[in-house]
Amino acid sequence: MAKAADFDAAYVSKLARINLTDEETARFQKQLTDVLKYAEKLREVDVSHVEAAAHGVPMFNVFREDKPCDWLSADEALSNAPHKANQLFVVTKVVE
Amino acid sequence: MSRSDLPALTIADLQSLLRRKEVSPREVLESLRARIEQVEPKIEAYLSIDFEAALKEADKVDVNLPLGGVPIAIKDIINVAGQPCTCGSKILAGYRSPYDATVINNLRAAGAIPFGKTNMDEFAMGSSTENSSIKVTKNPWDLSRVPGGSSGGSAAAVAANAAFGALGTDTGGSIRQPASLSGLVGLKPSYGRVSRFGVIAFASSLDQVGPLTKTTRDAAMIMSAIAGQDRHDSTSLPEPVPDYTKNLGRDLKGIKLGVPKEYRVEGIHPQISAAVNAAVKQLESLGAEMVHLSLPHTDYGIAVYYFIATAEASANLARFDGVRYGYRAKDPKDLLDHYGRTREEGFGEEVKRRIILGTYVLSSGYYDAYYVRAQKVRELIRQDFVKAFEKCDAIISPTSPEPAFKLGERTANPLAMYLADIFTNTANLAGICGISVPCGFAKENGSQLPIGLQILGKSLNEARILQIAHAYEQSTDWHRARSPIAKL
Repeated sequence: MAKAADFDAAYVSKLARINLTDEETARFQKQLTDVLKYAEKLREVDVSHVEAAAHGVPMFNVFREDKPCDWLSADEALSNAPHKANQLFVVTKVVE
Repeated sequence: MSRSDLPALTIADLQSLLRRKEVSPREVLESLRARIEQVEPKIEAYLSIDFEAALKEADKVDVNLPLGGVPIAIKDIINVAGQPCTCGSKILAGYRSPYDATVINNLRAAGAIPFGKTNMDEFAMGSSTENSSIKVTKNPWDLSRVPGGSSGGSAAAVAANAAFGALGTDTGGSIRQPASLSGLVGLKPSYGRVSRFGVIAFASSLDQVGPLTKTTRDAAMIMSAIAGQDRHDSTSLPEPVPDYTKNLGRDLKGIKLGVPKEYRVEGIHPQISAAVNAAVKQLESLGAEMVHLSLPHTDYGIAVYYFIATAEASANLARFDGVRYGYRAKDPKDLLDHYGRTREEGFGEEVKRRIILGTYVLSSGYYDAYYVRAQKVRELIRQDFVKAFEKCDAIISPTSPEPAFKLGERTANPLAMYLADIFTNTANLAGICGISVPCGFAKENGSQLPIGLQILGKSLNEARILQIAHAYEQSTDWHRARSPIAKL
């Protein structure tokens, strides 16, 4: 099993798309390494014959009728946009 | 009764006055407004209130509906059309909900009036409500202490008689623990019993909406209104919704209550152990039979919970990217800068910490070791409860290992804060239902601090745990005690 010592807060914060200050990175490194060490107790458990549970209540293939219904208008959907124009969300430039 | 006494009423008593036309829904709202103006500066439970919109609803509501004319406070993670919904986060400052969550539709259909949004730990991540980025809510029993969390605003409002009842959400204990610390009844429904549509997701396989109230009857009334299948939530269960008030008043003869040996852990506050032991004796005197049993994987609950909850949160909170709603960082130089700074500036510390932990346990090379292993141990925890409920009708424990702690006491140590959930979060992992009901007081430095008894039931057995909680409640006076702020 992976070890708590492998955890690298600076790298994972990049994966999570959250900039951190150096001070936050150092603090999270220590605090989350402590949490991961605490969780190493999960290694004791024999799970070789157990199926992973995605839910407490197993449910499969939930279907309903494919029936259209009223939903938000374009104006309503855009009502909280931080930046919009011409009934569209304006996004930060993606291609150079 | 004078109008200023109305906010002290239970929902059931308020409703009889409304039906007998002794008060009007408008008078009820006006009395609540005056009450909130009086106590809110002390407790800081609310993030936003819209009495004008509520008064319009009050003037046309049918008081003969199940909750006709009853104002209900709503945790600020649940969308109410036209109202702000911040989740206690700066990243949602200025956001207004374009639609009603299904639980709000259901409350309105039952005649209830959502009038205000309550404070919470940011995105429901916390056990004290101190992680709100907006304000710090105080416990009405002792203003130097936390109300519990994450539904701490809902708990403080009801405990201060500044709400008749409230909705909260419970992902690892966030209804039951604040109910316990604030001297209230708090019910976490079985997973799938209440729709999550329109509730901003924290951990989708664990989240449920439920009531915080002064009595078990009030909790049953709200549950009857909000429960049920919803075409907008494929995890909501199709089983018919009973009238949850129907079993109230039945005795406990023949009821078997499980006492798990794993719940006798070190570190439980001695006055809490004493209160829960006394409650067990009281339940026996009411006819219940105690069964000693074992939930062998209990000790792994916190570790499993913090991997699964943070993994799901890291995926759910990816939607806060500053594109379609919420905060966006100023003048980003490129897309990575846009995401990185939007989320740096918008999220608070605990949310960042949990997203990073969740991202890590889902990342390549660690997914099987952490996330999949946690899901497998989750299945063992679920099976523990399935086996336990073959021997008993419900399981008894403290709700929280300690009474309300001092503001600021835990904020520096996240792991210590996580351990506050030891008795509550296995119920979320297993998808079962649980309720906290007042069972005494701890005395500390001259303060009376409420203690909660937790009663866990198998999936869809809300009526049974409400029956047990009600029988206990009616045989004691704990639920009649009111906080010092409620007496102002």
